[in-house]
Amino acid sequence: MATLKSQPESELLGPMVPEPFVLRSKRQETEDTWTLELVSAARERGIAFAPGQFTMIEAGGAGEVPISISGDPSDTETLTQTIRAVGLATAAICNAQPGQLLGIRGPFGNSWPVQRLEGLDVVVAAGGIGLAPLRPAILALLANRERYGRLVLLYGARTPGQMLFVEELHEWHNRGFEVHTTVDSAGPEWLGHVGVVTRLIGRADLDSGFAGLTCGPEIMMRLTALALADFGIEGERLYVSTERNMQCGIGHCGHCQLGPWLLCRDGPVFDWQTIAHWLQLREV
Amino acid sequence: MQALDELIAHVPTFAGLTGEQRKLIAGCGQNEHVAAGSMLFSEGEPANTFYLVRRGLVALEVHAPGRGPLRIETLEAGEVIGWSWLFEPYRWQLDARALEPCDVIAFDAACLRGKTEEDHELGYQLMARFAANLVDRLQATRFQLLDVYGNTEVPA
Repeated sequence: MATLKSQPESELLGPMVPEPFVLRSKRQETEDTWTLELVSAARERGIAFAPGQFTMIEAGGAGEVPISISGDPSDTETLTQTIRAVGLATAAICNAQPGQLLGIRGPFGNSWPVQRLEGLDVVVAAGGIGLAPLRPAILALLANRERYGRLVLLYGARTPGQMLFVEELHEWHNRGFEVHTTVDSAGPEWLGHVGVVTRLIGRADLDSGFAGLTCGPEIMMRLTALALADFGIEGERLYVSTERNMQCGIGHCGHCQLGPWLLCRDGPVFDWQTIAHWLQLREV
Repeated sequence: MQALDELIAHVPTFAGLTGEQRKLIAGCGQNEHVAAGSMLFSEGEPANTFYLVRRGLVALEVHAPGRGPLRIETLEAGEVIGWSWLFEPYRWQLDARALEPCDVIAFDAACLRGKTEEDHELGYQLMARFAANLVDRLQATRFQLLDVYGNTEVPA
């Protein structure tokens, strides 16, 4: 580590060179999902990012994966990432222990247009782990609560035990978000809503004065976009976070191409008018 | 106290009906209170009543031996519970349980079926609204069956 710190920063920060980050702490969110807090081992300052951006992250040589940043954008000291263990690379990251070094490249991509939404009502629709990439946007909206109209969060998860940031949902509610949650299935101990996230849309008293941000599995985002369109929330007023096979993060390798777009560079956030056609095209 | 026909005017299922049609429907309804944990109806029972939730949360459930009640869906204020009253053999296919204290309007199904037999325009309007409700709920159930948050999900 001493060697890394003695090198000029410019040599370390090429976009294809992973930067060492130390895992400071980790918190288990669900059975298979962890939130990791990392700090740079090579830089005095941490990492500045915009809500919606992602990093390429790897642990123990198990492979590199794109993970959205889930932290507070006003905290540039800490890199916070929420990761679900679904394969070798993500399992290695989730299994990392405090003090371990992880390789980080980025942040990459564009961001949720939170400043452009000032003056509007905003509905945030999240499905499953899709709440993680939206968390920085939620925190940014709350940091300037007075600049927005109604703030509504619609959050659907598979089961109550698989909901992310449960304690924070209450905090966000207390700070001015209308929070509606639902799960796809639940046992008798659950006293909240059961049903898909799109069922919440009709219950939230939305109208065409809203702008929307949505993130989750692609099917969920498509169906959410259709349902929001019934209330006039569509086109350039609705934003989605896309994902394909992101590898380089800088638009060079072409693995994440979707039609004319390289999602790692031109996205991951697109307005629905721009990306809907490509998401609905089955051949790409 | 607000009359039932005025109350249902603000409910999406009954929106757009004429005042006369709302009065005919309201004539078959009455306010009821349901305690938390109580059943509104149970699987296999005759579907003699359907409900409009005014306050509270109601769960639709299926009882599975050895697994207890499996919760399918929940319904809240402004939503209508039940369509088995519209179709023979008029028998509930699910259980409906109040998850919290609920205020509902209970509609006498036989009363309303009789009125729609006499007034086919009312019958058409009701059938169109309940069909739309059915389609919405069927689409939502299909989405639910996809289990999109399961292990096939691409990690964020």
